[in-house]
Amino acid sequence: MPNLNRIKAISEKEVFHILRDSRTLAIIFILPLLQLIIFGYAMNMEIRQVPLVVDDHALNSSSRALVDAFIQTDYFRLVPKGPGVLDPGELFKQRVAQATLSIPKGFNQDDFTAQLKIDASDPNSAQMIQSYATGIVNTWSAKAGVGIALSPLILYNPDMKSSFFFVPGLIALILVMICALLTSISISREKEMGTMEQILVSPVTATEILLGKVLPYIFLGLMDALLILAVGMLLFQVPFRGEFAVFLGFTFLYVLTSLCLGLLVSTMAKTQQGAMMTALGMTLLPTLLLSGYMFPIPSMPPILRRITYIIPARYYLQIIRGIMLKGNSVQHLYQAGLSLVTMSVVMLVIAARRFKLRLS
Amino acid sequence: MIHTKNLVKKFGAFTAVDDINLDIAKGEIFGFLGANGAGKTTAIRMIIGLVLPTSGQIIVDNLDISKGSEKVKHKIGYMSQKFSLYPDLKAIENLEFYSGIYQIPFRQAMKNIQPIIEQFGLQDILKNRTEDLPMGYKQRLSLVAALVHDPPLVFLDEPTSGVDPQARREFWQVINDLAYAGKSVIVSTHFMDEAEYCHRVIIMQDGREVALGNPAELKATHDSANMQELFLKVLGEDHAKSE
Ligand SMILES: Nc1ncnc2c1ncn2[C@@H]1O[C@H](COP(=O)(O)OP(=O)(O)O)[C@@H](O)[C@H]1O
Ligand SMILES: [Mg+2]
Repeated sequence: MPNLNRIKAISEKEVFHILRDSRTLAIIFILPLLQLIIFGYAMNMEIRQVPLVVDDHALNSSSRALVDAFIQTDYFRLVPKGPGVLDPGELFKQRVAQATLSIPKGFNQDDFTAQLKIDASDPNSAQMIQSYATGIVNTWSAKAGVGIALSPLILYNPDMKSSFFFVPGLIALILVMICALLTSISISREKEMGTMEQILVSPVTATEILLGKVLPYIFLGLMDALLILAVGMLLFQVPFRGEFAVFLGFTFLYVLTSLCLGLLVSTMAKTQQGAMMTALGMTLLPTLLLSGYMFPIPSMPPILRRITYIIPARYYLQIIRGIMLKGNSVQHLYQAGLSLVTMSVVMLVIAARRFKLRLS
Repeated sequence: MIHTKNLVKKFGAFTAVDDINLDIAKGEIFGFLGANGAGKTTAIRMIIGLVLPTSGQIIVDNLDISKGSEKVKHKIGYMSQKFSLYPDLKAIENLEFYSGIYQIPFRQAMKNIQPIIEQFGLQDILKNRTEDLPMGYKQRLSLVAALVHDPPLVFLDEPTSGVDPQARREFWQVINDLAYAGKSVIVSTHFMDEAEYCHRVIIMQDGREVALGNPAELKATHDSANMQELFLKVLGEDHAKSE
């Protein structure tokens, strides 16, 4: 059985290190904020104020209402149509407009048909413009009493703000990076400095060393999560629809998983440098690419889809998007939570086994 | 207390410790002598269980260390050759940490080491950051930290290298007191004159034993006036033998 007093001694010492090392403090508090702001604005794929030319042949109340619906959002801005026949190709070429909306003469209760043309020279923007427009039209038609089913994309994000998706994702990414980095560095630093030798001659066991190292960082990881959440909500107006306690509970599990990953890394690295590289390598790209953050998991090739099961952020992303955007409660999320617990235990056991109580 | 038989450590093809046989008694000051690279540190690390021997046997306090017995760890105090207290901790926080991992209430630990703290004159620097201390005080503090749990077996790996003569005298005074109190103290050094303070010494070269015994008797049998002379003689003889 691990001895609580010895775990406490190691944890207390770790707290002293953290409080007195400005580098660690910077990693804990400044790095996440920088990442949030840099990633946040760089990955903010929203497009605003798309220049739109409207060619309204109907000129009735319905057509005006539709045009208003476009203009009232922040996404489109009206560019006056010049004289003559509308020539979208020319407008796009001259970059006067990125989209055109043609409303035919017969636009009324009987036939709501209008044509939107989008400049697709930048396919990503085009896709986004299309979804903005679809959203606007759907909302408008719902208001006008024409029953059209909402597409799933706008179900939880009626404004289609991409920040609603990337802020939760950033919390997942930053937490796993910071937690894995901190634990792996703190252990490899002791190896590098020779202080580990002094601990290894004592009766302390591998499990006690690992647990003692992890405990203070659980607290710090949670603080970090709250910090990123608060700043993310302030800066990017992301909603928080679920319960705070549920968020704390599941975030605790994710922090634990990330710390255990760091412990595992520390058993593979001999130097702080090595630990840092390995920790970043095992968290940054896998989380970005394979957690469902950038690419939806269902559309991945089967091999990659299978790999996603060992990416902790895959589960946490599901959890935190569920809590923040859908107001999910425990019964919706416990399976993802169990996966995190399983991963933590497995990694802790492997780390304790690999951790050598002797010098190599 | 300590018994080794045919102790060997190889790093790949290189033999760092070669067939060492020792018997160290309770209350004995035992010295490991030899130049840098002679194998002193490796031998000590094997005895305290930090490094597994390639072959041979180590019995400490009737327990077989080579079989990986963890039970003697709380009986061992160890000061490694490389300074390894936490520089960012205060002196007293270092002591608190070590008493914590040996599960000794801090009050009890301070009681154990109070006489040595006074002898070393460390009372006034306990609240200082360890990194701010001069070398001599860092070494003194390392020795004290190795003694928080009042271990019957004390291993000091080159405790006096890099410290001033005054500190060296104090160190040997403390080592003497520890042995007098019944502890076995195993000290390594590359200062030959320090061998005079040991009850028995092993002189090592290239991992092998070139002389083993009481310093006075060794000097007599090798017809040497002092340890320096003895050292040169036995190393020379060994050299001649191995050629
Ligand atoms: N982990 C190791 N790997 C390879 N060689 C080692 C290792 N540790 C020590 N050695 C070598 O073993 C020899 C003895 O080293 P050491 O025991 O430190 O000697 P001493 O303490 O007497 O100076 C040296 O040549 C050293 O380079
Ligand atoms: Mg040495």
